[in-house]
Amino acid sequence: MEEVTSLESQEYFINMGPQHPSTHGVLRLLLSLDGEIIRKVEPHLGYIHRSIERMCEYDSYQQIVHLTDRMDYLSCHINNEAVCLGVEMGLEVEVPERVKVIRTIISELNRISSHQLWWGVMGMDLGAITSFLYGFRDREMITDIFEETCGARLTMNYNIPGGLMFDIHPNFQKRTKEFVEHFKKTLPEYDDLLSNNVIFRERTVGVGKISKEDAISFGCTGPTGRASGFSCDVRKHDPYSAYPQVDFKEILAEEGDCFARYKCRIDEMWESLSIIEQLIDNIPEGDYKVQTRAVIKLPAGEYYQKVETARGEFGVYIISNGAKSPYRLKFRSPGFSNLSALNKMAVGGKIADLVAIMSTIDLVIPDIDR
Amino acid sequence: MLYDFNILTDNIHQYLTGVLPPVWVMLVEMALVAVAFLTFFTLLGLSLVYIERKVSAFFQLRLGPMRVGFWGTAQTIADVIKLLFKESTMNKYADKFLFNLAPFIILTAAVMAVGAIPFANGLHALDFDIGILYVTAVSSIGVIGILLAGWSSNNKYSLIGAMRSGAQIVSYELSVGLSLLTIIVLTGSLQLSTIVESQANGWWIFKGHIPAVIAFIVFLIASTAETNRAPFDLAEAESELTAGFHTEYSGMKFSFFFLAEFANMFVVAAIGATVFFGGWMPFHIGNWAGFNAVMDYIPPVIWFFGKVSVIIFIMMWFRWTFPRLRIDQLLTLEWKYLLPINLVNILLMAFIALMGWHF
Repeated sequence: MEEVTSLESQEYFINMGPQHPSTHGVLRLLLSLDGEIIRKVEPHLGYIHRSIERMCEYDSYQQIVHLTDRMDYLSCHINNEAVCLGVEMGLEVEVPERVKVIRTIISELNRISSHQLWWGVMGMDLGAITSFLYGFRDREMITDIFEETCGARLTMNYNIPGGLMFDIHPNFQKRTKEFVEHFKKTLPEYDDLLSNNVIFRERTVGVGKISKEDAISFGCTGPTGRASGFSCDVRKHDPYSAYPQVDFKEILAEEGDCFARYKCRIDEMWESLSIIEQLIDNIPEGDYKVQTRAVIKLPAGEYYQKVETARGEFGVYIISNGAKSPYRLKFRSPGFSNLSALNKMAVGGKIADLVAIMSTIDLVIPDIDR
Repeated sequence: MLYDFNILTDNIHQYLTGVLPPVWVMLVEMALVAVAFLTFFTLLGLSLVYIERKVSAFFQLRLGPMRVGFWGTAQTIADVIKLLFKESTMNKYADKFLFNLAPFIILTAAVMAVGAIPFANGLHALDFDIGILYVTAVSSIGVIGILLAGWSSNNKYSLIGAMRSGAQIVSYELSVGLSLLTIIVLTGSLQLSTIVESQANGWWIFKGHIPAVIAFIVFLIASTAETNRAPFDLAEAESELTAGFHTEYSGMKFSFFFLAEFANMFVVAAIGATVFFGGWMPFHIGNWAGFNAVMDYIPPVIWFFGKVSVIIFIMMWFRWTFPRLRIDQLLTLEWKYLLPINLVNILLMAFIALMGWHF
């Protein structure tokens, strides 16, 4: 038997996941620990791989839309939009103004609902369970609007190549305005409950820092990248749909820590509310879709369309050889790149810091592991 | 005096000495006390679980259990039945003896601490002259149970949770003890019944000036930490360590940990109420004889449980509002803030007591 001759500490391994309350799905992290201090984090993927990209090679373009909201289910509408915009680009179809405005409003609602869920879960990861239900209280109003609009609450499939599946419900504008009024009152509660809490600040300020250079080299986008000062908002730099006509700020921070990422998302919700307010009374009259052929065949070539989901830059890269299915289709998901920076952020911190960092990266595992 | 339980207990004692030899009297009385405590313990666990669920529900914009019984009152009983029937699983490589022993150590520590609490005048199982010392000593045995549970489970999460808990409870015991000492400077006695009686004309939190208030706040923070409840639930830390030291436990053994947590919460709330808020002593103001007489008509048991519930409610309020601290922040809070504040506070209190400035 080997004898222990010194009191030097020894590194040990822990498998965090695939079933763990704070990995938000079936992510497995192999942690190398020294006591409580993290020496290395190694994410292991593959537990919910569904080979979506491969499936896309056999599906028609209308069907591909339905697969995308099984990836980042919290930004389903925005994911759908990316594929639709890509296909419309290939077909050289110009959708009506009405479609663009409705798509933008629903995208922003989707972004808010995603951030609300993130906020609730973030509180829960840090041990404040109450925030979870506060987040869901407000999210419920948005899912109700979605349900009335297209029948689904989570995986909406409201977009189709060429426009929308149906026109909006007559109540849509009224209920959306009600929600905006309601959320303007309840969003400050989020600050009261978490942001201004001294323990919350202790847990997040200065934790999980990542510099702007590192954020760029890891390809961090969305609030994760912007909190480090990396200006990467696709809505600003490469506007699509109705974003050119609205006035909004790109939220940027310099610190690159957990609190900056948290603050970015809270401020983004305010910006999204402002975008919705600018558009909700100005939905132009017109058709809700352009009739496309039943079997869409994209001209041979390569098409890339990127959009800004709640997590960052989501890209769809289509290679078509003129058939009814793409020759190859590649998704660039924000979660995958953001996760790659996890090791950089977490090393040297405690286990509790890792949970806070994973929370502020806002991981959605099906988006990473598709 | 109104509502004196000494009369009741003396009557029982005299009746028993009349019909039985002395050894049997002692045994019967022990059995009676044991039955009383087990009943109380069961009721305490059932009601506290229900209260916690309802309080958390109202904090979280929901109703909590509503289906089983009137307003869900029978929900806890249903849960207990479920726990009784659950399989008690064990890790193959666990240390079987220690694994089975740990829940009992924790529960025993909690029961022993409850024994020293004065519920009302004369309703008191153990009235030591070192009551406070006994309670703090006994309640710290619980940490051995947590350490054993974490160690014997053969699970790294459990071990991390147990180690955290060890560091935490050893640290925060200092603050609990010192904040209680602040009041003992005034009472001059460690006996819980004497401490209660010394507050006959006003509770220490009012009579002891600012040091008493500071001591109470420190006591509240430290005792929340000692019971391993949020924001100090690092030993469990659901989102980090799945369930910390009791990850591997199931069925009734798990529920022992659960019960012990609530019992410990009751113990610290009861000690806080006894030392700072006069225990079962009604609210008296100096020499307002009429007012004091009216207050005396409210039974001491109601006073005691009223005060305890207020403190328990505050602890639940903490739990359902605050995020969890990190282990290094937890230790920083104790060693860099609470302990120095406490030491200065004791000196201040000693000075006040020396000058006779307290009421």
